[in-house]
Amino acid sequence: MSAQDQEQETLAARLRGCVGPEYVIEDAETRRPYECDGLAMYCELPQLVVLPANTAQVQAVMHICHERGVPVVARGHGTGLCAGAMPHPQGIVLSLARLSGIIDLDTEARTARVQPGVRNLAISEAAAEYGLYYGPDPSSQIACSIGGNVAENAGGVHCLKYGLTVHNILRLEVITVEGEKIDIGSEGLDSGGMDLLALFTGSEGLLGVITEITLRLLPVPEQARVVMAGFDTIQQAGDAVGGIIAQGIIPAGLEMMDSHAIVAAEAFVQAGYPVEARALLLCEVDGTAAEVQEHSDRVEALFRQFGATTIRTSQNEAERALLWKGRKSAFPAVGRISPDYYCMDGTIPRSQLAPVLTGIEHMATEYGLRVANVFHAGDGNLHPLILFDANKPGEFEKTEAFGGRILELCVAVGGCITGEHGVGIEKIRQMPVQFSPEELAQLEAIKLAFDPQATLNPGKGVPLLKRCQEYRTLEDHAHG
Amino acid sequence: MADILSRLQEQVRRATERGQALVIRGGGSKAFLGRDTAGEVLDTRPHSGIVSYQPVELVLTARAGTTLEVIEAALEAQGQMLAFEPPHFGPDATLGGTLACNLSGPGRPWWGSVRDHVLGIRLINGRGEHLRFGGQVMKNVAGYDVSRLQAGAMGTLGVITEISLKVLPQAAMSLTLVQEQTAAAAIALMNRYAGKPGPLSAACWADGRLYLRLSGAASAVKATAERYGGEVPAAGAFWQTLREQQLGFFQPARAGDACLWRFSVRPTARLPDLPGAWLLDWAGAQRWYCGPGERAVMEGLATAMGGEVTLFRNGDRRAEVFHTRPAALQTLQRRLKQQFDPAGIFNPGRVYGWL
Repeated sequence: MSAQDQEQETLAARLRGCVGPEYVIEDAETRRPYECDGLAMYCELPQLVVLPANTAQVQAVMHICHERGVPVVARGHGTGLCAGAMPHPQGIVLSLARLSGIIDLDTEARTARVQPGVRNLAISEAAAEYGLYYGPDPSSQIACSIGGNVAENAGGVHCLKYGLTVHNILRLEVITVEGEKIDIGSEGLDSGGMDLLALFTGSEGLLGVITEITLRLLPVPEQARVVMAGFDTIQQAGDAVGGIIAQGIIPAGLEMMDSHAIVAAEAFVQAGYPVEARALLLCEVDGTAAEVQEHSDRVEALFRQFGATTIRTSQNEAERALLWKGRKSAFPAVGRISPDYYCMDGTIPRSQLAPVLTGIEHMATEYGLRVANVFHAGDGNLHPLILFDANKPGEFEKTEAFGGRILELCVAVGGCITGEHGVGIEKIRQMPVQFSPEELAQLEAIKLAFDPQATLNPGKGVPLLKRCQEYRTLEDHAHG
Repeated sequence: MADILSRLQEQVRRATERGQALVIRGGGSKAFLGRDTAGEVLDTRPHSGIVSYQPVELVLTARAGTTLEVIEAALEAQGQMLAFEPPHFGPDATLGGTLACNLSGPGRPWWGSVRDHVLGIRLINGRGEHLRFGGQVMKNVAGYDVSRLQAGAMGTLGVITEISLKVLPQAAMSLTLVQEQTAAAAIALMNRYAGKPGPLSAACWADGRLYLRLSGAASAVKATAERYGGEVPAAGAFWQTLREQQLGFFQPARAGDACLWRFSVRPTARLPDLPGAWLLDWAGAQRWYCGPGERAVMEGLATAMGGEVTLFRNGDRRAEVFHTRPAALQTLQRRLKQQFDPAGIFNPGRVYGWL
């Protein structure tokens, strides 16, 4: 047995001692499902997968790994889209799937205390009988874990009105890299001193491991209605979005799809979308019955004024669900018309939508690839889906390069490289496009304040400066 | 502006070289908050002005020294507002100080806090580098959230020079209802209403009366007002005088005659029995107590109510005024400050004696 194998066996033995032998996965076959997250193009086999049952076991595992300098990659349900949960080849995957309990629902104070492995939708389901729900609703909400939502600061289709994860949580229990338990935030709305709660939200598992979350619940609106409209041009649809905002209406959801996405979604779910339209808007208004009537009338009138060619307003819950179903299945729908697709996640100022989509179209021609676009129009978050075939040699590399250029375009027009999916490994090459070397150094310094040995999810989120320099040199090379 | 900015950077660099403490100061309207601190003044006010404002994008960017009055006037002209309703505490209040202190007004439980509306910042760190984090878009998860981290840090991590904020349209209609209620009944009612869908946008109990504000579409406001019932007060300025602490309740503290404690707690928590006076805002989640108290006792009460307490006005400002943090959190905050401010020059001791 080599020294390395011996080291590995000692580590496994100690971990078995704290979580039980059946919860340390050692054989390659059972480790395989953990090799990637929702971005399957990036994979790596971890040394071990460890599944603790509670906070105390997480602490013990962290303690052991810290002592031995073993990298730890925390994982929820693996639905992330930036390879943020891709394992480290010398490290362990710390699965939080067994911490899956709703500890307490305080329906009067409208809060829930949950473990990180609880599914996003399960919280709203549990709160439903009290007329409450949890706001952020990423499209993976059936499967994704709330711990992962916090780690990525997940959004969804309702965030313009109801906020991102960071706006909807009150308190976190976190295990530090040393295995120490800390509480951040409280059951009150604000805490004194620097806002560590915000710093942890979206920190991609680089600063600590979240073992418990207290989140806010919202009252379910009395009524909601969706107005769908088709337009002849992206520009008209974009202007209509601006028109709604200018009227002082903040819709609960405001989504746009381009013609490729419309056609794919309609073929997939038959939602009744106008397949000849170049752009489709879905605008949801909610509130009291009278308010919904007033706002949906105004939205319809505005859509007409901005040149909508088709308008349809949901008359009941079934119709509302159907109109949303097309949008919510846009990704799998696109998956049906192409062997593979690659989802980007840039954010842009809304006014830049038409020029950015034109730019993307030009690039698509240049790369010989097709793109379908879905857009959280309310908050400027653009998801271009690049269609490709992974079986064609070199096509994924081409797709990745194309995607990188889309993100650079987003930054150039005043936006950013990721709105809600996170940086992970996937977008780490674009970080120097958005940040200067000094800014990256400051981000790295934050990481070191929490994790001086950099063993928490190493290689993700924030590039180490040495690597940045390499990326820049590569860039210069490519452009030179 | 480039000149002013390089002067600020230069002042920071020199202070770091000499280990000279800096007191970052805007309008000085919130100088009473936090602990006493001494050093060379760094004045942010010359670095002022709105950089960009696009009402349709719902985004405003302004330099940190811009006064809230200037910003609110620009928004008002477009029918928009800062939905976190920042307390000014004086005509000179600046945007930078507003974020650094993280104070929000009566609508906070429904419309969010100042930190909730921050989209991005620029900041000078202890090395004198001018850095940008976040941006001018609603969603941005690239890098750590350094922008929101500043909320409540009171300038201990750097000099905020520019802030981008989400702004919102003003409500089409707003209406206030007043009912006579005991504190216990008010806590129950405020939370019951907050748990129901509707246009509630502020809920406060003061001086034996429950004040409810409804904001939104006229149809929703009118229908809800009929359901909840209560008198509509003649003067509509209640929420502003509450926010600015100009109600009679705050007078002893404003005059320097009594301590003012701020409890940020679970909104449903039972009110502890204390000899002084209470005012409950944020549907019970923010509670003001005016009267004497030992810090340890007050912290015990706050912890029992699921939250924490701050000695907001008066008392000994050389002692700790914010809620005690456990050792592990102190270590993390100290390490974090050191990464921004290696020489420890930014507002040392303003938040905690150990920071």
